[in-house]
Amino acid sequence: MGTQSDIKLIDENGLRLDGRKPGDLRPLKIQAGVLERADGSALIEWGGNKIIAAVYGPREAYPKHNQDINKAIVKARYNMAAFSVDERKRPGPDRRSIEISKVLSEALESSIMVEQFPRAQIDVFIEVIQADAGTRIAGLTASSVAIADAGIPMRDFVTGCTAGKVDGKVVLDLSKEEDNFGQADLPIAVLPRNNRIVLMQMDGDLTLEEFDQATSMIMGAIPRINEIQRSALSSRIKVQDSGGE
Amino acid sequence: MPRDELGILSEIKRGYILRQLKEGKRGDGRSPDQFREAIITVDYVKRAAGSAMVQLGRTKVVAGVKVEAGEPFPDTPNQGVLTTNVELLPMAFPTFEAGPPNEGSIEVARVVDRGIRESKMIDLEALVIEPAAKVWIVFIDIDVIDFDGNLIDACTLAAVAALRSAVVPGSAEGKEDFKLPVRNIPVSVTMVKIGDNLVVDPDLEEEQISQGRITVTTTEDGRLRAMQKGDVGWFTMEEIKKAISTSANVGKALREKYFR
Repeated sequence: MGTQSDIKLIDENGLRLDGRKPGDLRPLKIQAGVLERADGSALIEWGGNKIIAAVYGPREAYPKHNQDINKAIVKARYNMAAFSVDERKRPGPDRRSIEISKVLSEALESSIMVEQFPRAQIDVFIEVIQADAGTRIAGLTASSVAIADAGIPMRDFVTGCTAGKVDGKVVLDLSKEEDNFGQADLPIAVLPRNNRIVLMQMDGDLTLEEFDQATSMIMGAIPRINEIQRSALSSRIKVQDSGGE
Repeated sequence: MPRDELGILSEIKRGYILRQLKEGKRGDGRSPDQFREAIITVDYVKRAAGSAMVQLGRTKVVAGVKVEAGEPFPDTPNQGVLTTNVELLPMAFPTFEAGPPNEGSIEVARVVDRGIRESKMIDLEALVIEPAAKVWIVFIDIDVIDFDGNLIDACTLAAVAALRSAVVPGSAEGKEDFKLPVRNIPVSVTMVKIGDNLVVDPDLEEEQISQGRITVTTTEDGRLRAMQKGDVGWFTMEEIKKAISTSANVGKALREKYFR
């Protein structure tokens, strides 16, 4: 995890720097259908994160030797804008974004009915406009809305959240300071109907008890996050009464 | 993991492997939570500061450590630097290609790196030459020369063995050579899900029919230091918890066996 620091991240009342309790989420907002050209899209604002996910496809996979005769391939590309972080990020994929793109593609593919689209490719472009910790999970949560917005058949949403350890305490949905100076980071994403885990990474230092605590916090938050995904999608669909006879 | 002509066989093989697993058996006769025999040859490359060749079943990797003086990262002026790189050499597998690292090798390298870094295996504070100006940079480079599954664990074993044998060339900076300061021993244990089974240390065939991969890296104290779920597929929380306890048990045995 990040470097050591003298900053106190949890005060004597058990509150965090931004005033949250250990199990509180940051403010979260999702809007579907934010782009004209893409087949599906979503904007997520989660804490200070601003991330757009755009979906193209299913379309013919290219180059052709990448085609799978049994199913569609899912290609997520996670990218951070140069201006999304304090110090300018050199544009283009680095090792971190390549790894993130891989695990996000695998998580999304686990939710999509890829067997309906042999030889096809589904592209998911995730652009981090402003980063504020938890970008991979926020990007993934938005991507799932964008895929639904594109009308691609899915088994379920993919819904994610992170937990971590800060000043020796387990907390939900790390902020930037907590991510930088905390002792552990645990992003998890599930198919929320049955809590099947499609993404999990961890780094830092956790005991088994802390892991259990962190995962039950995450599982407790998943239904709330999924509800926001669902309403983002349903508010995109307008029901119109055309009058008539 | 790569697909090749073996992929065509995998439906037939899959049925066979599944049937075998129902009786608790694997293709090579192992039990589900049995690691393959590892042969670790330390100091395999004399020109490196530390090195190890690991044969894990038929998977072979060579790890070499080089230590050079250089600049610290601005945000950690009082720490040495650790970098990990994995090369999937074209000689190791028909579909591995020469060229810049692809997402597969980057994932392996980063999971190995996280296990070593987060376990605080190396005392990076002891690798400062001049604070904020000059520190020791520890390069771990791993060549995969023969591929039969489970690169993450083979590479972690090789990196840890190489680091334990590494000597920092202090004489190049007017000081004395010293052993790389090593504190903890991280051990990673990787499992794949096949049907309802979690099998430890998958070989290539098992990886090709994986319905989800999970790696758990622990230290002596039983704490979790790094985890990674990979491949398309899913796990229940019960399966994750089972994977964690299997990793702790298997990891403990591996540590006793290879790193006493």
